[in-house]
Amino acid sequence: MTPGSVAIVGAAESTEMGKVPHLSQLSLHADAALNALDDCGLTLADVDGLATAGQDAADVVQHLGLHPTWVDGTSVGGCSFMVHVRHAVAALEAGLCTTALITHGESGRSQVGRLMRAIFPSANQMNFEAPYGVTLPPSRFTLPVLRMMKETGLTLEQLATVAVVQREWAAFHPRASFRDPITVDDVLSSKMIADPFRLLMCCLVTDAGGALVLTKADRARDFPTRPVYVRGAGESAETAMVSQMEDFTSSRAFRVSGKLAFESAGITHADVDHLMIYDAFAHLPIYGLEDLGFVGRGEGGPFIAEGHTRPGGRLPLNTNGGGLSYQHSGMYGMFALQESVRQMRGVSPAQVPGAKISVAHGVGGMFHAAGTVVLTNEAQL
Amino acid sequence: MADRALPTITPETTHFWDGAKAGELRLQRCTPHGHVYFPPRFFCPRCGSRDIAVIKASGRAKLHSYIINHMKAPGFTPPFVVAVVELEEGVKMMANILGVEPSHDALELDMPLEVTFEALSDEISLPQWRPAQGAGE
Repeated sequence: MTPGSVAIVGAAESTEMGKVPHLSQLSLHADAALNALDDCGLTLADVDGLATAGQDAADVVQHLGLHPTWVDGTSVGGCSFMVHVRHAVAALEAGLCTTALITHGESGRSQVGRLMRAIFPSANQMNFEAPYGVTLPPSRFTLPVLRMMKETGLTLEQLATVAVVQREWAAFHPRASFRDPITVDDVLSSKMIADPFRLLMCCLVTDAGGALVLTKADRARDFPTRPVYVRGAGESAETAMVSQMEDFTSSRAFRVSGKLAFESAGITHADVDHLMIYDAFAHLPIYGLEDLGFVGRGEGGPFIAEGHTRPGGRLPLNTNGGGLSYQHSGMYGMFALQESVRQMRGVSPAQVPGAKISVAHGVGGMFHAAGTVVLTNEAQL
Repeated sequence: MADRALPTITPETTHFWDGAKAGELRLQRCTPHGHVYFPPRFFCPRCGSRDIAVIKASGRAKLHSYIINHMKAPGFTPPFVVAVVELEEGVKMMANILGVEPSHDALELDMPLEVTFEALSDEISLPQWRPAQGAGE
């Protein structure tokens, strides 16, 4: 991909988030899509490319009345939307469409019109993991952490600090689900879920939608919003079975995706002003910091505990409060991207002053896959 | 409460479930390189060879990582242990560690384990793991 050849010109979340019992999952897609199009002054008739996950792409196409010439139903869990951004860049560069819409909607909390499906169903997972009572994410995503703690020295207090620091960021955001300050003691005394993971180390479950509109950079200045250019991206997949992860102390999918994103963007870690790392659980930002190369092995926990990712710190991380405090519909990646876009537009309630480069890193399934997107507000072409 | 999830036997996994029913843990190994792999498939995922053989595992493993699950799960009474074990042959498998209390005092990473089988139906005996005999309490 050519850095900056494509820009995000429209971005929006659903009109309401959190508890939205009056909208079905499919309607959350539509609500977010209409909001994102309003954001950039386009209509559904302008859209000729559609990508979505967790819902059949044709279902969304029909619901919105689209006539696309590019359709992408890549569904690799919550990072699918980062992957869609990468694919949309390729499709727009190749001329497969001119205006690409990426939608997400999920009635995670109210379960209105939610499709009856296993969470990221996989034949091997159903046959060789589910019979052991391994079903919901807290019993899968969490499995590597004790090995990580033994091998790298990561501590429970450091894990708890992830939630504490992100709550500090959430306090800036009117739309965050939880905004009151918490302490390490609060986290470590919250309800036990999947020992050693307690409630406040696990993400929320909310109803929410989000959508992005992308087009070639040469059109981007014609829109009312400040263009956010896609400077680089990466993706990978590893395994639908957390038990088969190559190394419990490091995600191969994270490493591959992150390296591709940094290389394609032509940036180094020192260039990054703002970072989002998908945090379905408190250990993921630590894996992300280490696997993306921001810190060395075993340094992720101390880095967060030392305050470097806090408001005022040198690497602002998960500035919307993340899946732990902001919103988490089930596939959170869209909301990490939304905050990156806000930061690059300069309109986040937790704005990082002067930020020029934002990285949004997503994970799919339970360490199944990864997608990484590098965004910038500086025109590249 | 819904019933516990049961595997679906397919042609590629019949040897595995037949073995488990007979009290034998079966893995697969490619002939060209001796790569041992899991879960079952008709080719080696490392080299792509279809020249493979079914082997009997030693039944020895170490505790690689685990959680103590406090949430409801069909067919289980929480809290219960969800673990990943690393077999002597080098592959990892999901497990519940049987015969121990679900507590960090009773479970130590890298503790030696041995295979046992839990009969779930006439067809399915699930490979499970327990502390190795003579290796602790």
